[in-house]
Amino acid sequence: MNELVFFIDNGLVAGLIIGAIYALGAIGVTLIFGILRFAHFAHGDMMTMGAFISLIIAFLLKASGFHSPLALVFLGMFPAMVITAAIAIGFDKIFYKPLREAGARPIVLVMASLGVTLMLQGVLRLFGGVSARNMFIDRPKEIFQFHLPGARRAIVLTEPQVILFIFTIATVIALHYFLTRTRLGKAMRAVSDNPDLARITGISTEHVVWATWIIGGALACAAGTLLSMDVALKPDLSWNILLPIFAATIVGGIGQPYGAIAGGFLVGLCESLSVFNWAILLRPIKPYLWFDIPSSLSLVPTEYKLMVPFLILIIVLIYRPTGIFKGRVL
Amino acid sequence: MGTIIELRSVSKRFGGFLAVNDCSLSVTAGSVTGLIGPNGAGKSTLFNMVAGNLAPTSGTILLDGEDVTGLEAHELFSRGLLRTFQIAHEFSHMTVTENLMMVPSRQSGESLLEAWLRPARVAREETAIRRKAEEVLDFLKIAHVRNELAGNLSGGQKKLLELGRTMMADAKIVLLDEIAAGVNRTLLNDLASNIERLNQELGYTFFVIEHDMDLIGRLCDPVIVMAAGSVMTEGHIADIQKNEAVIEAYFGGSPTGNATTISAAAEAARGAGAPA
Repeated sequence: MNELVFFIDNGLVAGLIIGAIYALGAIGVTLIFGILRFAHFAHGDMMTMGAFISLIIAFLLKASGFHSPLALVFLGMFPAMVITAAIAIGFDKIFYKPLREAGARPIVLVMASLGVTLMLQGVLRLFGGVSARNMFIDRPKEIFQFHLPGARRAIVLTEPQVILFIFTIATVIALHYFLTRTRLGKAMRAVSDNPDLARITGISTEHVVWATWIIGGALACAAGTLLSMDVALKPDLSWNILLPIFAATIVGGIGQPYGAIAGGFLVGLCESLSVFNWAILLRPIKPYLWFDIPSSLSLVPTEYKLMVPFLILIIVLIYRPTGIFKGRVL
Repeated sequence: MGTIIELRSVSKRFGGFLAVNDCSLSVTAGSVTGLIGPNGAGKSTLFNMVAGNLAPTSGTILLDGEDVTGLEAHELFSRGLLRTFQIAHEFSHMTVTENLMMVPSRQSGESLLEAWLRPARVAREETAIRRKAEEVLDFLKIAHVRNELAGNLSGGQKKLLELGRTMMADAKIVLLDEIAAGVNRTLLNDLASNIERLNQELGYTFFVIEHDMDLIGRLCDPVIVMAAGSVMTEGHIADIQKNEAVIEAYFGGSPTGNATTISAAAEAARGAGAPA
């Protein structure tokens, strides 16, 4: 039983946690691609930026002597989401919109977003330094333990993990409602489906573009904050997370928000299960095995974790070239 | 009846090629005006300029007496001009009803603030638009596919959906681009009778590019003939079909086989893979 608990903790929970982060990021990337037709490379750094803003607001709350049962940084996340969304719209106005209006090809916008990434990384390091920071500034994070019958070890869930699960589920439901029930959500689907027709039928492209950046920016901020709460806030957060997010986006079908969610969890779970040491699960049945169990039996060494998303990407694209949910072919 | 569209000496040059050369024509409100001509006559270029997809090199286009030269398609849309496409356009991942409901512009639900602050008003508007969409579906007799994804419709049903879109917009004038292309005879009859009903019962004006002479003969009066970038003649289809110069233009001066009417010539042009 202890081995099973270890598997749930280090395999399943870890995979779902990182999968939820990927999903939140991939929703933004896929919406931006669907509406604006370019791969937004600055998304990872919007996450880092969002996490920094949450932390700053948490410090402000602390300085003003605010107390609450919830972690301050979690309370700070909601205004930070609004601020990040506003900054995302600002970036669009300053960097991307002029290019779009000049009729630039998508690759030019991709390059511009790479520029925004480098700029953001510089600015964040300049003001935030390079060290890792703990996001829980008012108190240590809470830890919840669940005991399975017959196991000495407990399944451990930390406070940010629980918050992340609840937040992700709420987001998915809200997003579904928004895209299928509201006029603006339908307009977004229409623009992504057939931009020419959307234009001539008088759908307000500007509102749709704003909505895209608001959702993308706010979710990036949330994902960055929640990830930093779970681990620590590091300025180089984005590089490690950007590539799996793009893999999740493509695996799910580009431009498909539900695909992005599925892709995020698929990539996250595969990542954690392939670095999981399967030898631990084999130990209880050791007496019945005809071979010795090596001490480490993971599919991929942890240092090579980043290659897993690409392996999934290759496999999925061979069998379903447009992704799990039929997305746009690039 | 007044003039709804008027072109005054409109020309369009692509590099060294003069696709439309000093064209002047008008479309009377309440009419179904046809535009025919052999391949390369400049019909589609002219059409694209009227629809706002191309800006003319010179000349003026008037819509309802106002100068609309060089306005974009969506600006013309808000003034009541809507085009359909030779290849039907649709939001393929949305249902037929949703497709129709996308059309009316400036819906308050599209504004970020109103969607949150005035949900009752947005809901009321939605209900009205949905009712209208239902009426349109009934009028076109495609109510049975209302919940189907538009991408799954047949070619002819997609053309009906295009017509439905024009109805949702309360268009003053509809430009139909080769609506018969790729549609079988039965559905073509449906389409034609819907166009007739829209014209007669609801007073829509249509401006039609078409290669299908049967359809032109059934629907259009007057018919404008273009050749080599210019307007050649205008009149009733029966007169046009007898016009020697028109037949000459269709055959390019070298009669082929026993085709002696422009219907046959048009068929031949279609067979040769005529572009729009």
